[in-house]
Amino acid sequence: MLVPLAGLVTGLFVDGRSAENPGGASFVPGLALDLEGGTQIILRPTTTDGSQVTDSAVAEAINVIRQRIDANGVSEAEITSQGGKNIVVGIPGKPDDATIALVSQAAQMRFRPVLEVGSGLPAAAESPSPSPESTDAPADDATGSATDAPADEATDAPADDATDAPAEGAVDPGYSPNGRSSGTAVTVPAETDPSPSPTAEATATPAETPADESNPSDLAQITPEIRQQFDDLDCTAEGALVGKGGDDPDAPLVTCSADGKVKYILGPVEVEGTSITSAGSGLKAGPNNTVTNEWAVNLTLDKKGAEEFAKTSQRLYDFGQGSVQNQFAILLDGIVIQSAGITTPITDGRAEISGSFTRETAATLANQLSFGALPIQFEVQSQQEISATLGSEQLQNGLLAGLVGLALVVVYSLFQYRTLGLLTVASLVVAGIVTYLSIVLLGWGMGYRLSLPGVAGLIVAIGFTADSFIVYFERIRDELRNGRTLPFAVQHGWERARRTIYAAKAVNLISAIVLYFLAVGGVQGFAFTLGLTTIIDVMVVLWFTHPVMELLTKVKFFRDGHIASGFNRERLTLSAARPRYVGAGRVARPVVVAEEVAAEVAAQVDGEQPPQDQAALVGVGRAPLPAPATDASGRRLTIAERRAAERKAAAGEPGNENEEGR
Amino acid sequence: MAGFSFAAWGNDLYTGHRSYPVVAHRKRWFTVAAVLAAASILLLVFKPLQLGIDFQGGTEITVENVSTTEQGPANDAVRAVLPGEEPRVASVGASALRIQVSALDDAQVNQLGEKLADAYGIDPQTDMSVSTIGPTWGQGVSLRALWGVVVFILAAAAFMAVYFRAWRMSVAAIVSMLADLLISAGVYALVGWEVTPSTVIGFLTILGFSLYDKMVVFDKVRENAEGVLDQHRTTYAERANLAVNQTLVRSINTSVVALLPVGSILFVGAMLLGAGTLRDLSLSLFVGIAVGAASSLFLATPLDVALREQEPKIKAHTAEVLARRAGSAGGEDFASSAVVGTISAQLRPGQHLGQAAQPRRKR
Repeated sequence: MLVPLAGLVTGLFVDGRSAENPGGASFVPGLALDLEGGTQIILRPTTTDGSQVTDSAVAEAINVIRQRIDANGVSEAEITSQGGKNIVVGIPGKPDDATIALVSQAAQMRFRPVLEVGSGLPAAAESPSPSPESTDAPADDATGSATDAPADEATDAPADDATDAPAEGAVDPGYSPNGRSSGTAVTVPAETDPSPSPTAEATATPAETPADESNPSDLAQITPEIRQQFDDLDCTAEGALVGKGGDDPDAPLVTCSADGKVKYILGPVEVEGTSITSAGSGLKAGPNNTVTNEWAVNLTLDKKGAEEFAKTSQRLYDFGQGSVQNQFAILLDGIVIQSAGITTPITDGRAEISGSFTRETAATLANQLSFGALPIQFEVQSQQEISATLGSEQLQNGLLAGLVGLALVVVYSLFQYRTLGLLTVASLVVAGIVTYLSIVLLGWGMGYRLSLPGVAGLIVAIGFTADSFIVYFERIRDELRNGRTLPFAVQHGWERARRTIYAAKAVNLISAIVLYFLAVGGVQGFAFTLGLTTIIDVMVVLWFTHPVMELLTKVKFFRDGHIASGFNRERLTLSAARPRYVGAGRVARPVVVAEEVAAEVAAQVDGEQPPQDQAALVGVGRAPLPAPATDASGRRLTIAERRAAERKAAAGEPGNENEEGR
Repeated sequence: MAGFSFAAWGNDLYTGHRSYPVVAHRKRWFTVAAVLAAASILLLVFKPLQLGIDFQGGTEITVENVSTTEQGPANDAVRAVLPGEEPRVASVGASALRIQVSALDDAQVNQLGEKLADAYGIDPQTDMSVSTIGPTWGQGVSLRALWGVVVFILAAAAFMAVYFRAWRMSVAAIVSMLADLLISAGVYALVGWEVTPSTVIGFLTILGFSLYDKMVVFDKVRENAEGVLDQHRTTYAERANLAVNQTLVRSINTSVVALLPVGSILFVGAMLLGAGTLRDLSLSLFVGIAVGAASSLFLATPLDVALREQEPKIKAHTAEVLARRAGSAGGEDFASSAVVGTISAQLRPGQHLGQAAQPRRKR
């Protein structure tokens, strides 16, 4: 029964030691923004085209940011708009770069077909070695105005008005990603470009593939302007790799790869990131069920996305491996994070993106993709430490009040249940320790942080937890009132109490689970605390209170119903102290009759009118029988035993009916 | 043993020796609950809950180059200008303060600026910047929370209906829980404190506690009502009333144990700390737990009886029991005669009078 307790403690020791340094496990639980303070990040919206930022866009951005943060743990961040434009994010503790990227990156993911690939330098330039400063997620240096940021200019380039510009040849054919030679210059004239293949049409619904749909792989989209852009693009230039997003999904795009080594001309968007239903991160799977060392982000597309993706991959596949157009680019905020050739058509809507991910960046990207893109781009305007909004005296006084309340609970339960109240107190202490350890562990594992409402919730949980014991004790007392001996009363009482406790806790658990998954922010934190305390409560009753109670039934003090044990038979049968038939030929009759009852019985003996509830019965005013002979444990003697005792007594032994040692 | 003994009282309630006719007087409780609920609605209409900064947004004043980052002077300054306001003050960086208050007009901002200048030795023109802030607990959060609560209530109702195998029982529980919530909200509106996220969390806790308590009481009703249709001595209402009486001690104990810590927080929060999270939270909890525990006994169970007596089987059974009882009122049937006149349905144990009372064989 102490296994969970021991597990938590050892878990804390083992894990705590190994993760001491990154601010992880310690014996002090993490505190939330209102109690500990944290970091305030002010995000300023930036638009590439100078358009107004609408209120609804800001509101939507707040929702997305909140979901991203909530998915990262239960840390109860505070997110608000300031002056109608800026977004202020308060995060407890000191956020790392991954967290800042999490809140500030737009994370607009799109899939585009590759039209042309080139070295990441302007066409005119010589070809020096690629810039070494290339990174994958450049969120923090978002200040520089992107020089060659592409995208928006090419707004009016529908694929249909094909200007028949033939491709002028890809630069540096040997330099394509993924080690695949892209072969010679792409010279496929636009007219020969095949429409989607029959197999793709067979899988897709006809309605979604109108015959005159423009082909995103159409090379005719490369207009002279785009060609010029492509030639001018310098992926090694400062700021060229800053994700901008906001690219026109219907137009071709000229952009760089994330490492700045390669630049691309890409066709219109084939699959939007909004089609992503879920995203997760993990180690990339290698062949033969092995796991490689490389982190990857796994995507699942919805039905529409999967259909589009299947169609696209089938078409790209038809270009044949080795062709530039066989490739497919995955863009994050307008930057190609990976391009891949299609070796087999992908029809199940599952994609895996690998690249230069670390564990954190993969997790951050997966988190960002799960909740969709921010409608606008943000740059981090300031990042400052912020103190607690509630004074430390609030927490101290709150805890003090909680302790006083707890002391009152102890006094009350001792008054109500006498010595048994100690079991309540002990159980509460155990529950408190387990809760504390869980909070510490979860604070380390899930980023759970305790806010003041959380502290108050834990104090309220005393009531919920104590109720389990109260229900249990009352049921035992009921059974005692029914005339059972303590061991049986505990057994029966437990069976009945258990059912009630389970049912009631189930309701609590339902509320906790539903609210945790549906609500956000503070409500989610509340639901978490509620669920945690409910589970711990059931665990404590099941594995601590009940076993201890069973042990107590073997202790003479409780078993015999000592006056201070809380199971005192006379206290529990005071008014019902008249002898009662309790089955098996036995009559329950108090051995020691309390004063009040004695008087009542005496009154009956005197032939007075008994209380009304006896009126219907015959036989008023009989003298009470002598107490039946019992043995040491209170069990009534059998006739044979009694006779043996009588014989013993007659033989001059000093023993009496209640003689011991039999 | 002289005087009132709680345990003895519990015994009497358990055996039915003493019984409070809670279910029989259900019209009275319904009236009380309806009056309280109506009063709460009126209160909420005429004196609506005041939503705090977190819900409505407000004004944020950033003061830079302060002489000290102590939060106390800022609190005092705000209270001097806006009595009853709950400012949220935090230090930002090394020498700046962030003060969030509900929306201010220009005059109030200027007034506050002077006070802050006095307190922190700053120049209100250069060191103070004022901007509006949006709600941290926006509509999105509220909607999600509301959605969550609705789903939770439906799920809990379904669970209870399945568990008790009586949808009327879950209806009774949900209805009385909503009444608890309404009355608690009414009390909160009456006190007139600002609604903060802590208050909302408090109300959610009430929701959970109220439902939990009803579950415990109803489980006792279920236990007592098991097989009620197979006998003709007691009606469902009487069994339910017995359950209320039997669970009275437990309910009192539980509410006292739950209320003691909350009460001490409320006391400390309201008396010593003044406004703040603790006070808001503990007030809503205190009222909610008390109301919730009371309504489990006095509203939920009578409501359950009223609803379930509409069930054809139980209706027929009740009629039959009452008919039999009327028929045997002459006193032939001792079992029912013991019941007539008392509201409790519990059969009182007879008194065993010893072997001496048995008929003797003639020698």
